[in-house]
Amino acid sequence: MKRTQRKRKEQLFIWICRAATWSAIAILLTLLFHVMREGIEWLDLQFLDSFPSRKPERAGIKSALWGSVWLIGLTAMISIPLSIASALYLEEYAPKNRWTRIIEINLANLAAMPSILYGLLGLAIFVRYFDLESSLWSGSLTLSLLVLPVVVIAAKGSIRSVPLSIREGAYALGARRWQVVFYQVLPSALPGIMTGIILALSRAMGETAPLIMVGALSYIAFLPEGPSDPFTALPVQIYNWASRPQDEFHGLAAGGIIVLLILLLTLNAGAVFIREKLQRYKS
Amino acid sequence: MLSRWIDHTVHLLLALCVVITILTTLVVIVLLGKESILFFQQVPLWDFLLGTRWEPLLEPKSFGVLPLVVGTLKIVFGSIVIALPLGLLIATYLSEFASTRFRSTVKPVLEILAGIPTVVYGYFALTFVTPIIRTLFPDTQIFNAASAAIVVGIMILPMISSLCDDAFQALPGSLREGAYALGATQFEVAVQVILPSAAARVGAAVILALSRAIGETMAVTLAAGATPQISLGFLESIQTMTAYIVQVSLGDIPADGIEYLTCYAVGLLLFIMTLIMNIIGNHFITQTRKLHL
Repeated sequence: MKRTQRKRKEQLFIWICRAATWSAIAILLTLLFHVMREGIEWLDLQFLDSFPSRKPERAGIKSALWGSVWLIGLTAMISIPLSIASALYLEEYAPKNRWTRIIEINLANLAAMPSILYGLLGLAIFVRYFDLESSLWSGSLTLSLLVLPVVVIAAKGSIRSVPLSIREGAYALGARRWQVVFYQVLPSALPGIMTGIILALSRAMGETAPLIMVGALSYIAFLPEGPSDPFTALPVQIYNWASRPQDEFHGLAAGGIIVLLILLLTLNAGAVFIREKLQRYKS
Repeated sequence: MLSRWIDHTVHLLLALCVVITILTTLVVIVLLGKESILFFQQVPLWDFLLGTRWEPLLEPKSFGVLPLVVGTLKIVFGSIVIALPLGLLIATYLSEFASTRFRSTVKPVLEILAGIPTVVYGYFALTFVTPIIRTLFPDTQIFNAASAAIVVGIMILPMISSLCDDAFQALPGSLREGAYALGATQFEVAVQVILPSAAARVGAAVILALSRAIGETMAVTLAAGATPQISLGFLESIQTMTAYIVQVSLGDIPADGIEYLTCYAVGLLLFIMTLIMNIIGNHFITQTRKLHL
């Protein structure tokens, strides 16, 4: 093949690659633009402050929004201590042998398990076996199981990146293991762990399937007052509206999506902020 | 003395938390197994795996899971056909051609696609993709496999592009330099040197993405319909394994009815399929990572 021909082929290929990259960005923008265009007219104070209704013009996301806030709060309370403790044990205490390797493979598989299977698990264990019914407890315990492996993996990475010299320095000053772990290792790993937690919680916030499985009702015309109350959540409400044939309800779904995306964006911005702060602090 | 006591207690408490994490997996396996055994006491295993009619909610009941599997495979196939070429091109561009600044801005933007909740993709498929397909092919049904497959493809795209980009970046620079020294063009380096050298990890990325597509739930529930059937067309309504589980749980399910048990039998199949793919995929990635170090 002639050199000019090969050169032309090269240029063409680079252009195709560039076009592919831009098309992915274009898809993202199209999605966001479509949701904005469909949902923006439904988005007002009345929408945020009304319960779901059979009449689209009077329907709102009050109970769904509060349900989601409750859920994420409870999930955070359950999963954060558990996952940090697990990561600390695996990185700082556990011997590196066949068992810990199996645990690591296990964690990777749990993190990739389809979320609907967590729903089946929650339905059989929390809803049926422990008889918690379709309460906030069932929902948040199920979501906790879902985020646990993700946070443990992130926290393990962050703990591993704490320099060994910090531990050695503390031991040299006569600190015990728990003092090294809690006064030295954990504080320096914390920003990384926080980033992992926030990202995992924002994933939990968008989860729909497991909540439907544990029976998050979509018509709830009251606010939950405690963790044993039935609930609905923003993604479940969005699903409910999107699955109806009428255009008005699709508009409502888009309005709900805008609120959900704004919440997720805020959470993610928080994660980025913490990461930036950490990098500046380290350098 | 107190300090030593604390040391032991902390050790024990932390170990306890790990046990909870591990128990989850065991409980999933035991539970799916237990409920599935109850199911298979009523329905023979072979009728389930090889039966071609899935009608568990209507009389006469029939429990052949193949229509759900075919529906799932359609989504998986359609999504990978979209995501693999696009993902490879993006990864090549980011890793081989783009400036570091462009790369570090675009990568997080693509991650946003992965962070959008799946129910949003379902809405997008239903209200944006399906109308477009229906103007192109007027005899398309409202619920169809094509639009669900397209959005699932968009969903797994960042996963493929990011894992492939990592794979390309992990290759030693000498590989490229050697090829350039022999007079190869950038196209030849990317396609004939980089891609074959990273093949194992690209394969792993594809397997992990496929497993993600199999387990995808909300987009296919909203957009692909609820008609379990074995067919080849992408323009008609289907039902996937995940969508069936959601459909049953939306109705009130009696705790001891066969409908409740079918969920767990289908769930077990889903679990086995995704578990095998995840183990193979993760194994490939860790193996090749060791190879390059």
